[in-house]
Amino acid sequence: MNARLEVLATGPQAVVTDHGRPGHAHLGVPPSGALDRPALDLANRLVGNPAGAAGLELLLGRTRLRARGAVTVAVTGPPVTLRAGGRAVSSHCAVRLPDGAELTVGAPDGGVRVYLAVRGGLEVPLALGSASTDLLSGLGPHPLVDGDVLAVGDAAVDPVPPSGPVPASVPAGVARLRVRLGPRDDWFADPTGDLTGPAWSVSPTGNRIGVRLDGPAPRRRPEREGSELPSEGMVVGAVQAPPGGPPVVFLADHPTTGGYPVIGVLEPDDVAVLAQARPGSTVRIAVVG
Amino acid sequence: MSTVSPRVRACGRWALLLELDSADAVAATARALRAAALPEVVELVPAARTVLVQVRPGTGLDRVRDAVAEVDPSDVGAGEGDRHTIPVLYDGEDLQLVADTAGISTDEVVALHTGAEFTVAFCGFAPGFGYLSGLPEPLRQPRLESPRAAVPSGSVGVADVYSCVYPRRSPGGWRLIGRSDLVLFDPAADPPARLVPGDRVRFEAR
Repeated sequence: MNARLEVLATGPQAVVTDHGRPGHAHLGVPPSGALDRPALDLANRLVGNPAGAAGLELLLGRTRLRARGAVTVAVTGPPVTLRAGGRAVSSHCAVRLPDGAELTVGAPDGGVRVYLAVRGGLEVPLALGSASTDLLSGLGPHPLVDGDVLAVGDAAVDPVPPSGPVPASVPAGVARLRVRLGPRDDWFADPTGDLTGPAWSVSPTGNRIGVRLDGPAPRRRPEREGSELPSEGMVVGAVQAPPGGPPVVFLADHPTTGGYPVIGVLEPDDVAVLAQARPGSTVRIAVVG
Repeated sequence: MSTVSPRVRACGRWALLLELDSADAVAATARALRAAALPEVVELVPAARTVLVQVRPGTGLDRVRDAVAEVDPSDVGAGEGDRHTIPVLYDGEDLQLVADTAGISTDEVVALHTGAEFTVAFCGFAPGFGYLSGLPEPLRQPRLESPRAAVPSGSVGVADVYSCVYPRRSPGGWRLIGRSDLVLFDPAADPPARLVPGDRVRFEAR
């Protein structure tokens, strides 16, 4: 029987994640998948898994797991304290857990989301080709609860690389997000000025669906005030600007269509930066492209 | 009919939003781009007046732009979609409201709804939630002033120019006229959504 991971304590929220299920947006299915994909990819590399093997996304850490059978894991994302079998161990490198050993993931120093990969990948039933939990549509496994037991699969392809810990990237105090204007920047009086001027505050209500940036609402052109937009397709990183309210940036579990104009779209590499920006922290926007 | 090419709008690094002037032009454009079968296209999302085309990161949008330039949005073509008949029990909570708003009887609401042929214009809001165009004029009514926190799965509704069937329990503001037992979304099925853009739908009273 393959090894398993028993969830002793989930922390604020723990979900199974991988590269998601793109290709179904025309059926109303969000892409889902890891919000900080480079962090999940690194964790998988550190244990010899193929990119996109299923792991865990741990919101603000504070998770305890027990190995049932020996397993090798790696924890990535922001710097975070780890204890394995009672000993302090490093994040961002492979950690071997003997049968029965407990892994305690602390609260990350900065950032929001911690990733855990296990050699072989997690084996959970796939929905539309993905193991990811989708909080909008309910596809994929439910968010983990204390007592869940997760099967470990056979997905490993490479030996565990012999490297020591790789440096964790520490989220900057002020996150900088690059935005390309459009598709509906022409609804706004000064899209560049209204995006780049304010020091935006990351709203505490953010989740896997989207993050609100608190600050002044981008001003509409007079002829667009009171206008409604027929629903149109949305992408990850879309900066939606509802009338009179602050913008919302869509993340992986976003609705596939929306009816508020999108003033701009985040550069793909910066989606992970926003996903790791602490509630209450400041972000600045630069317009590119 | 004159050909008006889609207006192309930028939508981030890896997507274009094509803007069209009618639902028929949206359907024709989505159909033509699906037929082009460009391997880099990962999402092709028709909506009310737009088609979103998204490519795999690291590829490019040049071939999509070329394919879009070839599209004839006036080529309505033969609807190649599947045909569905959905049995409905017309006892929705808002049936009387819909009748009163239209100034007709509830029986006439049912007759109008069962007499129309609908087309799945696009999906969105939730997996398998289709926006069905072809709603008869008297049933084109606004959403409820305050949405319900929980609409039961299978509820049949009308709002704006569309009808819908809620694939699962969810919040919602459409006016509910009936309910169906049909399973509209099953992740294990292929395709997982019973109603996909381009399909034709009729309702029958049971």
